[in-house]
Amino acid sequence: MTKQEQHTRTKRYGMVIDLDRCTGCGACMVACYAENNVPFKKNESDKMLSLNWIRVFKVDNGKPFPDTEICYIPKPCMQCDGRHMEGHSPCVSVCPAVATDYDYPTGIVSQIYTRCFGCRYCMAACPYHARKFNWWDPSWPAEMEKYLNPDVSVRMRGVVEKCSFCYHRYQKARDKAYLEGRDEIYEHEYQPACVEACPTGAMTFGDLLNPEHEVYKLSRSKKAFRLLEKLHTNPKVYYLSSKSWVRRKADNYLEGQSPGQQNNARKTETASH
Amino acid sequence: MSTQSDNQTVSSVKRSSGWVIFVFFLIGLIASLISGWIAFPKLLYSTRQQPIDFSHKVHMGVVSNGCQSCHYFRDDGSFAGTPTNAECESCHMYPMTSDPDENKLVEEYISENKEVPWLSYAEQPPCVFFSHAAHVKGSDMECATCHGDIGHSDSLREYQENRLTGYSRDIWGYNMLRMGEAKHGQRHKMNDCAACHLEETGSKGDCFQCHK
Repeated sequence: MTKQEQHTRTKRYGMVIDLDRCTGCGACMVACYAENNVPFKKNESDKMLSLNWIRVFKVDNGKPFPDTEICYIPKPCMQCDGRHMEGHSPCVSVCPAVATDYDYPTGIVSQIYTRCFGCRYCMAACPYHARKFNWWDPSWPAEMEKYLNPDVSVRMRGVVEKCSFCYHRYQKARDKAYLEGRDEIYEHEYQPACVEACPTGAMTFGDLLNPEHEVYKLSRSKKAFRLLEKLHTNPKVYYLSSKSWVRRKADNYLEGQSPGQQNNARKTETASH
Repeated sequence: MSTQSDNQTVSSVKRSSGWVIFVFFLIGLIASLISGWIAFPKLLYSTRQQPIDFSHKVHMGVVSNGCQSCHYFRDDGSFAGTPTNAECESCHMYPMTSDPDENKLVEEYISENKEVPWLSYAEQPPCVFFSHAAHVKGSDMECATCHGDIGHSDSLREYQENRLTGYSRDIWGYNMLRMGEAKHGQRHKMNDCAACHLEETGSKGDCFQCHK
């Protein structure tokens, strides 16, 4: 069997975000709102109630003025593979309605809004706060309704929604491939809206199993890390940072748990990946 | 003595009341079946006619590329669906026959630059993603497998709309009991998709394959 044939069967779509390049401009968030029909409220000052599929977090190194450093972390759904890479992600395993599921051909965690009944177990299970709950029916200013994306259904009150890696774009790319008699889609044909919008080129997207895709190389870089790797959720969103304090912060250690204090234990753990 | 005769009356009353109950049960059953199978569907679905009575048969004899002459794929892989004026115009800028429906098309729509409000029998709810390319190009399926032999019909059948949901009756409303094989062209429900996928691919497919 050739390598190409293997890729036809299973893919692991993932994202690599270079935090050294991210300026925190928020273009990815804006693009996501527009692409995925994410509703907003008149008063968006309370960010706890905001719906967003990707959110830019700001972290700092906690040092006073001359040594202060800031890093922005854009955070979409991590599309976790689960501990044994078999799709047992935290949210999928708790959903009582099978409204969220692991899509094996692409490795993307799906969310079916018409199936969800809003128990929010998945939100409690998700360690990344990637899921958002619709407390209200969505509404847009009348003129804006004409600009809604017909490829993404709008969600009703009482259901959970989350980033889908713009799965509808994958389906469109597949349609084109069918028409042209191809089995494979090209790397550039399927790119999420946030990746396309990033002005500094900090975000890269593709198949993590395909050596021809850029993310294959980047995700294996020495600077690469993932959020809360110690939980073994196996996210498909990788980050790159040259700063060690950012990498340490990404694993979110509590007081007395920092990697310096348990260096040896951590080394053996990461070696097993 | 008196107690014995009392018992007899009671049992005879019991026997006759059993018949009465059965008769009333039958009447009730028949009434419910009539209301459920005949009256309720009539009430639930409103019937409309297409704005123009279109003959697929006539057109199939003229075009060169079968269904895809008018129901074509765009270059990006999306399916154009029901033709717009742009396609009809290429032949029907002026009436070609004296057919009243053709005259209606030219006078009321094409010369007025107004699109024909065709009623789509198979339009899915907005949460459904369906790829014509995957089925027609990817697996070489015939249009008739899902849509029925509409290509050889001489006139358009009536369109039935569910008054509550606003969806076409083709999506779900026929053969509610699911007894026997549903007719082609009336199988557009999720279970129908899943049944065929299970048969052809060995799996009903992942949720994301058809839902958006």
